[in-house]
Amino acid sequence: MAAIYSLFIVNKSGGLIFYKEYGSAGRMDTNDSLRVASLWHSMHAISQQLSPTLGCTGIELLEADTFDLHCFQSLTGTKFFVVCEPGTQQMEGLLKHIYELYTDYVLKNPFYEMEMPIRCELLISTCRRPYRRIVLRCWGDECTLNFVFCSFFPPVH
Amino acid sequence: MIGVGKIKQYSNVLDKPLSKGKQEVSLSAFAFLFSELVQYNQTQVDNIAELERRLEDAGYAVGARVLELLCHRDKGNRRETRLLGILSFVHSTVWKVLFGKVADSLEKGTEHEDEYMISEKELLVNRFISIPKDMGTFNCGAFVAGIVRGVLDSAGFPAVVTAHFVPMEGQQRPRTTILIKFAEEVLRREARLG
Repeated sequence: MAAIYSLFIVNKSGGLIFYKEYGSAGRMDTNDSLRVASLWHSMHAISQQLSPTLGCTGIELLEADTFDLHCFQSLTGTKFFVVCEPGTQQMEGLLKHIYELYTDYVLKNPFYEMEMPIRCELLISTCRRPYRRIVLRCWGDECTLNFVFCSFFPPVH
Repeated sequence: MIGVGKIKQYSNVLDKPLSKGKQEVSLSAFAFLFSELVQYNQTQVDNIAELERRLEDAGYAVGARVLELLCHRDKGNRRETRLLGILSFVHSTVWKVLFGKVADSLEKGTEHEDEYMISEKELLVNRFISIPKDMGTFNCGAFVAGIVRGVLDSAGFPAVVTAHFVPMEGQQRPRTTILIKFAEEVLRREARLG
């Protein structure tokens, strides 16, 4: 069994514009989620500069002991990333799917202001469904959340 | 050459049937264009009622043209003169040309004699639109209401047409109802015709 813990959408200047949790345990408060988003944004930018390969577009996958972080960056610099259980498959497809939903329900909505937090009901409600479906299809059941975000920042000894 | 001989030759250009036109338009292109239309109008107004009115006016122009075109293309330059005739014309013919399907339902208002409703589970113009909470009951279907008003008005059935969200049980999204309230003279004429 595998599950998705949370989904982030970050605008091109590193601000968190959409955040959603899937599950009950290991919740993050608003400040933490904003911090994670801007931290990831900076790490992503640094990784582009440090990468030995030419034309690197930044980190796509971060594997940790307790979670995987898959990231997709659109051509305009908006980043989509999901935090999921280690070893979860098909996350690239899921991120592309979310990107598609974003272009439909956010960018085609006349009341959305670019780079601002997403409050589009339609995206929020459709986001809820596809996930469940994808998770169910792949693993038969959704597992409970057991995700401790602190492991992102290992304690210093 | 392939296809030669299949095309009927018309000596007179006026005898040629009017082309059906391209039946399909990119939904994305339309959605972006409509979104821009709403955004532009939003910059021109101070309140929501005004925005609704402007969208309706934009639709009115479309409706007037659609009636002209469809009467010429489908009905041999005749138009409906009876109330139910024109309503079903809007509900089926107009809807099919504009949205590729007939409207979900056409009903008569229960409370008032002069009210009719066209309901649509998911109106094409509202497909990708989420209304912010602070805009209250605003509905971008005002544009479609304008189209309906344009068709009815040009056909000689002046009416007040408005778009409303109606919540549906067991459905996340409300459906859109286009409410048509005919002018008194229309009903009087209808009664006279029997």
